[in-house]
Amino acid sequence: MNTDTRSMVRITVNGKVHEQQIDHRSTLLDLLRETLRLTGTKKGCDHGQCGACTVLVDGQRVLSCLKLVVTLDDASVVTIEGLDTDGVHPLQEAFVARDALQCGYCTPGQVCSAIGAMDEARRGWPSLVTPDLANAEVELSTLSREEIRERMSGNLCRCGAYPSIVDAIEDVARQDANGTV
Amino acid sequence: MKPLSYARPRTQAEAAALVRRSPDAVFIAGGTNLTDLMKLDVVTPDLLVDVQDLDLTELTHHEWGTVVGAGVTNAGLAGDIGIRRRYPLVSEAILAGASGQIRNAASIAGNLLQRTRCGYFQDVTKPCNKRSPGSGCPAIAGAHRELGVLGTSEHCVATHPSDMAVALAALDAVVRVRRATGSVSALTLDELYRLPGDRPDRDTTLEPGDLVTAVELPAPTGAPSRYRKVRDRTSFAFALVSVAAMLKVEDGVAVDVRLAYGGVAPRPWRARTAEAALLGERPTDSLITQALQAEFATARPLPDNAFKINLAASLTRAVVRDLAPAQKAGR
Repeated sequence: MNTDTRSMVRITVNGKVHEQQIDHRSTLLDLLRETLRLTGTKKGCDHGQCGACTVLVDGQRVLSCLKLVVTLDDASVVTIEGLDTDGVHPLQEAFVARDALQCGYCTPGQVCSAIGAMDEARRGWPSLVTPDLANAEVELSTLSREEIRERMSGNLCRCGAYPSIVDAIEDVARQDANGTV
Repeated sequence: MKPLSYARPRTQAEAAALVRRSPDAVFIAGGTNLTDLMKLDVVTPDLLVDVQDLDLTELTHHEWGTVVGAGVTNAGLAGDIGIRRRYPLVSEAILAGASGQIRNAASIAGNLLQRTRCGYFQDVTKPCNKRSPGSGCPAIAGAHRELGVLGTSEHCVATHPSDMAVALAALDAVVRVRRATGSVSALTLDELYRLPGDRPDRDTTLEPGDLVTAVELPAPTGAPSRYRKVRDRTSFAFALVSVAAMLKVEDGVAVDVRLAYGGVAPRPWRARTAEAALLGERPTDSLITQALQAEFATARPLPDNAFKINLAASLTRAVVRDLAPAQKAGR
């Protein structure tokens, strides 16, 4: 058995491969912020209760504060900095257009979470408020506001920008034609 | 958090041997509860044994039932179309818990084996018999509004926080365990979870190195089902009381009834006394009230959580009202 307290981990972040010795205690959030200096991802509660640290790991939204880097060997991570290599992601544009923030601290987590949530809807995954979830066909473009709110409940906004956040997500979801947002 | 080792074995035998070698070694899957408990110094492992290469992600449907690998994610299980059609109760219960982000990471075994969210358990500056046996339980005279009324002891009143496990209890699911010795056991949830007694530090009957490999669901019964959860906010919160109910009514009489409760006990609470009182009877409001009184006859309510007894009864009446008339209309 390896009794080292560090291991070599290969992890791709926003398309760039990083290979480095990682202390087994390191969370993905701390790797991103402290080592890679990608400070767009925010540390809110650091206990999985606020959603501010949400990133995409292998395409799925997860909380980076509850992921140990050592478990992510060969994984691919996308953060708010890497959503769109051409500049601004359509959802970021919608957040600006809808004024979906005040202080902005929760915004990177909200945006990454919404992208993950839209992908889940595109895959047909139901939520707790989906009527007749045993048989329902879920479509992103017709997702109700109630659905968006339920699917986004893991992201807190202490400024209370929730209605505009739902507006922004709704704008992008309505344009969806089963393509990639 | 203290420095620790990490292993990612390829075989279950190797994984079990690693965990058995040290009293402070633990399995890790999604890590959503464990990582947090490590940050809080509630759990202080010296070795993490990662189960992600152990081939635990089977999800297969059969005539006789369904096999769910221990490493399937909560989101993957809730979203699976076979689960939604055959066991909508499971999807509903999972989707009633945590958040999308957590459900994407958390595993089925991790959901079953997650620890209580009792505030004293999570605060190492406070005594807690579940964390350090014999140190005392400040919850009994302190903050216990969210804690248990059934199956508790003078040493611990913690509740098991899972929603999914409540649905699994109602469905008579069986948990497949690879023993550290290599033999295989199949445990009902009542056999998996133990009541606290004077050893609240032991949540389950599992021994070090025992690995949960899968959950088996028996063939669907076709009985209409519903998971309902009462909590302090409508989403992303633990249950005050939840109920997983299955009810089949024929000629106005309950011919199949299953009731399991969350938020009231140290384990998902299968209400066999209440079920027996309702079986073969018309499920009227007054009979349900009596059945729940019988179920909660052994309850040990505390000043701030006694409300859970009435809440469980009214929740059950509401769910049965939902489930029973739909069937009358269909006939």
